[in-house]
Amino acid sequence: MNDKAQQPAAGNSRANTKKALPEHLKSYKHVWVSVELERGVVHPVSWELMGEGRKLADKLKVDLAGVVLGAPGGTAAAVADCFAYGADVCYVVENPALEDYRNEPYTAAMTELVNKYQPEILLLGATNLGRDLAGSVATTLLTGLTADCTELDVDADGSLAATRPTFGGSLLCTIYTLNYRPQMATMRPRVAPMPLYQSGRTGRIIRHDVSLPEDDIITKVLSFLPDGTTDKANLPYADIVVAGGLGMQNADNYQLVRELAAVLGAEWGGSRPLVQKGWITSDRQIGQTGKTIRPRLYIAAGISGAIQHRVGVEGADLIVAINTDKNAPIFDFAHVGIVADATKVLPALTEAFRKRLSIAAARPAAE
Amino acid sequence: MHIVVCIKQVPDSAQIRVHPVTNTIMRQGVPTIINPYDLFSLEEALRLRDKHGGEVTVVTMGPPMADASLRKCLTFGADRAVLLTDRFFAGSDTLATSYALAFLIKKVSEKWGEPDIIFCGKQTIDGDTAQVGPGIAKRLNLLQLTYVAKIENFDLAAREITIQRRAEGGIQVLKTKLPCLLTMLEGTNDMRRGSIEDALRGARSEIVTWSAAEAGIPDLTLCGLRGSPTIVKKVFAPTARAEKAQQIEVSDKSMADISEALITEISQRQPGLEQDLLKAVAGY
Amino acid sequence: MADEKFDAIVVGAGPSGNACAYTLATRGLRVLQLERGEYPGSKNVQGAILYADALEKIIPDFREDAPLERHIIEQRLWMMDDKSYCGAHYRSEDFNEERPNRYTIIRAPFDKWFSKRVVGAGALVLCETTVVELVRDAHDKVIGVRTDRDGAAIYADIVVLAEGVSGLVGARAGLRSVPKPDTVALAVKEMHFLPRETIEARFNLQGDEGVVIEAAGTITKGMAGTGFIYTNKECISIGIGCLISDFTEKGQTPYGLLEAFKQHPSVKPLLAGSEVKEYAAHMIPEGGYKAIPQLFGDGWLIVGDAGQFVNAVHREGSNLAMTTGRIAAETILDLKSRETPMTAANLASYKARLDETFVMKDLKKYKNLPNAFHNKHLFTTYPQLISRAAQTWFRVDGMDKKSKENEIVKSFFRTRRVKGLLGDVFGMARGWR
Repeated sequence: MNDKAQQPAAGNSRANTKKALPEHLKSYKHVWVSVELERGVVHPVSWELMGEGRKLADKLKVDLAGVVLGAPGGTAAAVADCFAYGADVCYVVENPALEDYRNEPYTAAMTELVNKYQPEILLLGATNLGRDLAGSVATTLLTGLTADCTELDVDADGSLAATRPTFGGSLLCTIYTLNYRPQMATMRPRVAPMPLYQSGRTGRIIRHDVSLPEDDIITKVLSFLPDGTTDKANLPYADIVVAGGLGMQNADNYQLVRELAAVLGAEWGGSRPLVQKGWITSDRQIGQTGKTIRPRLYIAAGISGAIQHRVGVEGADLIVAINTDKNAPIFDFAHVGIVADATKVLPALTEAFRKRLSIAAARPAAE
Repeated sequence: MHIVVCIKQVPDSAQIRVHPVTNTIMRQGVPTIINPYDLFSLEEALRLRDKHGGEVTVVTMGPPMADASLRKCLTFGADRAVLLTDRFFAGSDTLATSYALAFLIKKVSEKWGEPDIIFCGKQTIDGDTAQVGPGIAKRLNLLQLTYVAKIENFDLAAREITIQRRAEGGIQVLKTKLPCLLTMLEGTNDMRRGSIEDALRGARSEIVTWSAAEAGIPDLTLCGLRGSPTIVKKVFAPTARAEKAQQIEVSDKSMADISEALITEISQRQPGLEQDLLKAVAGY
Repeated sequence: MADEKFDAIVVGAGPSGNACAYTLATRGLRVLQLERGEYPGSKNVQGAILYADALEKIIPDFREDAPLERHIIEQRLWMMDDKSYCGAHYRSEDFNEERPNRYTIIRAPFDKWFSKRVVGAGALVLCETTVVELVRDAHDKVIGVRTDRDGAAIYADIVVLAEGVSGLVGARAGLRSVPKPDTVALAVKEMHFLPRETIEARFNLQGDEGVVIEAAGTITKGMAGTGFIYTNKECISIGIGCLISDFTEKGQTPYGLLEAFKQHPSVKPLLAGSEVKEYAAHMIPEGGYKAIPQLFGDGWLIVGDAGQFVNAVHREGSNLAMTTGRIAAETILDLKSRETPMTAANLASYKARLDETFVMKDLKKYKNLPNAFHNKHLFTTYPQLISRAAQTWFRVDGMDKKSKENEIVKSFFRTRRVKGLLGDVFGMARGWR
């Protein structure tokens, strides 16, 4: 946690606010993105970061590289996707010890790669895996790590400017790792948009072998228990999301949110206080410390729109807000607003959509 | 058995407000609490101790007032509490924090025995980085297991622990050896209420308070602001969007009218959406 | 585990409990204080005004580190109707003294400070611990308490009930009854955040000077109650309350009253541009002398709000709380030093001591006032009459002054009639003396 944010708004005024990069770190170059590959699937956040990394690399006029760690023979698809999503280079480490994620071999492999090829920036997704790995890697390399960034940019002098919420999301702060390398940062899924997929695009593959004798690795994977698919929320990648806040007044009224979501085939969720009240489970919390969403349509019913919620939904294409308070902050960033009681609007809206969609659906033969 | 639990006293971020004029944090009157994620780790530690015997030491690095949080942990039933407090730690980022805490734990080990498990909270509600736990593990060369949903098996004699770890799409069942560092997922247990005896003991206990020197921290340049690779250069309020929401007319309109108007507005702004919805509804 | 025994158990860590525990602990007694809230003061709400005299007698040097907001140099009394107020203000340089007499405070940090002193004096303080019952011996003497935490009972020579207005522990133990709805008010307050300079400009203050406004009239919509506005360093406390029995009868809500009070044309500009920081509600004893329960018995004493120690007329409560807490402690210390058992007969000296102080003297003086306040005209008719009278008087409109005087006098008689007026005057006079 960055305690420094507790000082007055101006930021620090001490020794290391000036860039004074030690000589041996000046040769660190290029932007790396850690590609999270587990059981044959790459977590989409890696590609979202690739998109962000591309912008940084272009500004710095350096290469963008993906880093793929995995079991022998299991990385080809991920490597191809790296290039398709914009990487110029792909570092590949294949080793049986990397088949399943474990902290020890992954940290060892990543840090060895970094020490050998010396990137100036290393980005990871803020997933359970990414956070487990990032903290270990940053501490091993004794460098700076900024977590859960909402924005990444580079300054004129080439320093990474990582912006993230602070104080529970009430304010934003921009953090630098001026004098250490690599500058590390993590980003949550869906904070950045998915970049374009350029099929057929290629680049340089650099294979690296890391010695990871299984006998030296103490933690063993005994098994993997997949989640059941019932009722699992998939908010980050949903096209339409309906959410309720305290303006829904009680758990019964909250069901109106689910009914509208059902008619629209949408995902449903809520703001943080609803988790605390037990109206929804924490996997359905939308907001800075919950899920970040980027749907085409987001309907916020009875949500005031505090900054903690805002940063989780700002990326939506169309935000519709329903709130009885015309001064609610949500109307500052929603696209369309209705000053009314959500508990009355939602049932009417549900009915209206139901009619519209079923009337139209009854017509397909005629089209 | 000796278990060390790292906690942090944090402002109750749900109650933090931003000054409407100066845009600074209004710290006045914001109550401090024990970082809620730490409590799941503390409860897990206490359960292991109750079952297998031994002691639980709670530690924190913070300002002098963090002793209130430590005292609360004692009333929950922890056996001892250590506060590391020194002005040298002001402005620490996560790397500097894990440096200090690692040495604190080393000192605790010297006095009361090496810990078999170190528990940390999953993340803090004020920093949300989840970095200090892994940082401590790395510095103390401990095996690290984060996002633990459940401790399946704990064999003190064989010095082995099996846990369930929350991964993408499922649970990893991992086995490792002691000593190790664990962070617990939220919701994995319910914090107990200390008995009256625990509460009295907690109120009476001395909280061991160490400065950087007393904790044996060797290099002060690696602490606090100086020891922090990351620095905050700017703190600011998010800019409001140029345009506020376009309001749908509601006065003298029925709910049905309002709904129709909204749907029309949505279709105009997101023309492809209705088509896709229809396709989905029709089962394409 | 061996059963714990203390010299004294104090139930509650509000002003009366802290005053008692501090006084006992500084003189070397083994004190256990039990607070049901998360921290001392978490269950307390007050305007709030600190009366230095009462606290000086307990902690003479409190000004050194107690969190104090503004010292009060001006008192305003407002009689309000819907659009106006008629008031009396008193402001004096004398109040800018070296040891000011009254301060506005914010209870949360203040109670925390007081509790720190209590702990510093050597008392054990447990929070989040609710006393669920008193433990009695075979002779029905109170010898300890049982809490909502698992484990044994805790014993003490004396239990001091500083448990607040609801008096639940005492009632459950059959020592007293819970206060009746017409002896308790429900008050609500908000804290409005404003920059220092704005507060100082609006209230004509410099430095840490403060103003206190007590208001009555149509703001309580015909119910018996008062409102207040206090200046803190960077925020304004505003609140209003009425008897619970009146709320029930009229079907009004305290929050509705507060909203209307805030919208009053004389109040709204004082709050303009503020940000509401906090909303709280609390019950306040209003029954006065006649509602005071039995204050002592074998092994127990009652202090503070639990004893209905609130002077409703002057809106004083915390000083009575601290004073009764201190005097209870002094009684206990006296008995302890003479190794006298804590029986009802011996503890009677607690009440005797109180009778000698302003606490009982003031409550006795105003013992008929709660009844007088049941006269609804005080909160409806008179504010309006007074407002109209003042307007008539101050408007310069060509009417000669003698006619104006006659008009004013007539309006009173017309509205209240001779009988009503006499009744009101006598009622107030009786209550006041």
